[in-house]
Amino acid sequence: MREKILYVLGIVALAILAWNINAIARLPQEAQQGVTFKIIFFHVPVAITALTAAAVALLGSVLFLVTKNFKYDALAVAVTEVGLAFLAANLVTGSIWGREIWGVWWAWDARLTSALVCWLLYAGYLMLRRAIEEPTQRATFAAVFSIFAFIDVPIVIFSIKWWQNLQHPRPVFWAGGSFPPDWTRHFLWNMAAMLLLGIVMVAVRLRQEEAQREIDSLRRMAHVL
Amino acid sequence: MGFFRQVFVIAVKDLRAEIRTKEAINASFAFALVILLLFSFAFDPSAETTREISGGLLWIVFAFAGALVLNRSFARELPNDCLDALIAAPISGAALFLGKALANFLLVSAVELVSLPVFGIFYNVRWTSQFWELMLVLALGTWALTVIGTIFSALTVNIRLREVMLPMLTYPILVPALLGAMQLTTDLVAGRPIGPDTAAWLKMLIGFDVVYTAVSLVLVETVLVG
Amino acid sequence: MSAVAVDGVWKFYGDFPALRDVRLEVPPGSCLALIGRNGAGKTTLLRIVAGFSRPGRGQVRIFGNPPRETETRRQVGFIGHGISVYDELSALENLTLFGRLYGLANPRRSALEWLERTGLERVRNGLVREFSRGMRQRLAVARAFLHEPSVLLLDEPFTALDDRAVAVLQTLLRDALAKGKTIVMSTHQLREALELASHVALLNRGQVAFYGPRTPEMVADPGLVYARYSEG
Repeated sequence: MREKILYVLGIVALAILAWNINAIARLPQEAQQGVTFKIIFFHVPVAITALTAAAVALLGSVLFLVTKNFKYDALAVAVTEVGLAFLAANLVTGSIWGREIWGVWWAWDARLTSALVCWLLYAGYLMLRRAIEEPTQRATFAAVFSIFAFIDVPIVIFSIKWWQNLQHPRPVFWAGGSFPPDWTRHFLWNMAAMLLLGIVMVAVRLRQEEAQREIDSLRRMAHVL
Repeated sequence: MGFFRQVFVIAVKDLRAEIRTKEAINASFAFALVILLLFSFAFDPSAETTREISGGLLWIVFAFAGALVLNRSFARELPNDCLDALIAAPISGAALFLGKALANFLLVSAVELVSLPVFGIFYNVRWTSQFWELMLVLALGTWALTVIGTIFSALTVNIRLREVMLPMLTYPILVPALLGAMQLTTDLVAGRPIGPDTAAWLKMLIGFDVVYTAVSLVLVETVLVG
Repeated sequence: MSAVAVDGVWKFYGDFPALRDVRLEVPPGSCLALIGRNGAGKTTLLRIVAGFSRPGRGQVRIFGNPPRETETRRQVGFIGHGISVYDELSALENLTLFGRLYGLANPRRSALEWLERTGLERVRNGLVREFSRGMRQRLAVARAFLHEPSVLLLDEPFTALDDRAVAVLQTLLRDALAKGKTIVMSTHQLREALELASHVALLNRGQVAFYGPRTPEMVADPGLVYARYSEG
């Protein structure tokens, strides 16, 4: 039953996205930057979703350390993985977009650079988990690292933006340009669709994590017998 | 025994052990020299370009050579199960952490203070014009490196692939601190004192140090005992 | 009040229970021999009592206090599988270090005293990495006894000791018991342990299969407890 709900929600999210993409493509081009400006419809929702994922991961990590309940650990890892996937999509599309406009694969745009550093940070979280066999130790250490990582996120964003200010002006994806009010509707739909998609992916991952834990403990029990 | 006395005892123990064996410190010195040498092949070290990259180059040297020292920090407690004895002793996890961090700070600083003159010689750069401000930046940046490196050394001490995991986890977290330290160092080596725009980097470094020292002190018991 | 009270302790590795509802009360001045097959949970239990890890459920109290409390740690001496002394420091430096960490009034004097009691006074300035195995083991014992703990937790202390080290340890343990200290000792060497023990507990797959006073029958036939109380 739960699976069916998840599938339905997933399809709904994708449908909203597809319809929205269609609508956005038909919108008139923005005055200063043309068609490339429309990336803002995707990049900003994805960035917000990724930041939300980081915050939820922090919450899960802290709750695990306090309660020792593994469902919070499962939440933390599921949310981090989904957030990483979204962020990776952002980096790749951002790179391709940059190639389209400026002919370079990587333009050191402040937002994308921060996204890259945050991606490395949370990829480290996953690598750490992979390096620890024992589930309680793995969950504890991963939670500690998640706290360190989350604190770093604002510092990273802030310092890279600053660094970019000091250097000669770099190409920025959407510094200028106005945002017509009727576009807000599409933006919000995209935002909703992204979040929904994210939630579906987290839910799927959570079920998988539950099953994995059961297998692990059965395996240990088998060894003892 | 008071908290700071405990910190001192741990720091002295680590320093004495390291000075006697010189394992990490020798490797660290050698590594720093090698990197400085390699970079001089990579770029043509004429005066102009070097000034612009001095901050970046120096902090890459410090971060990579420093990792060799930081890795040893908790790893040196593994043979003979000494870590057990330290955890069992009536000292707080915070004192253990701070003592080790202090020892690491001194060791890494020693490597840095040797690397600076070597850098000056290889690249023909006068770096002493803003000497005390440079020392301040060095201290702040090295403390950032040390704090994160020491707490993650505790985190990774018992896990697989420790030598790989430590740099993988530490460097991304350190990005803002290294960025700030690099900017400040480039300016100071070039002879420009810390001005109103660059003062903000200094504040960020101080903030980074304070926040992560606090977080580490709070979480170290969890890392050591669970 | 019990010297060591283990109350409903469970320890989980993931979802797997390594210790299941362990209950033990060790009276002060007694010596508990903790026996059991490999993997039964003896080391896990000892490490939880010593405060190296936390139980998943239940609690441990040493003289009524949690093991991690600073004052409690001062009262506990632990010998694990490793010798827990530094190879690159000398015997005297090692003991003085631990003396300082335990807040002894005169660390150096206590260190010298214990080096004598374990027969190591001649090599006090030698680096531990140059020591023979027996010497390293005696130093480990000195380290554990240095701060005169009231509770001694020993994980298979007789395993792989040479005769001299066994003799030293047995003497020290008897002295400690005579002074009213409490000992919990996990062991495979039933004979040496049962000589000293006042109580015996058998751990089987994380559960206490037997706990009671040591009887003359057990001393006569060390395998008795295993035969009678373990399953398969």
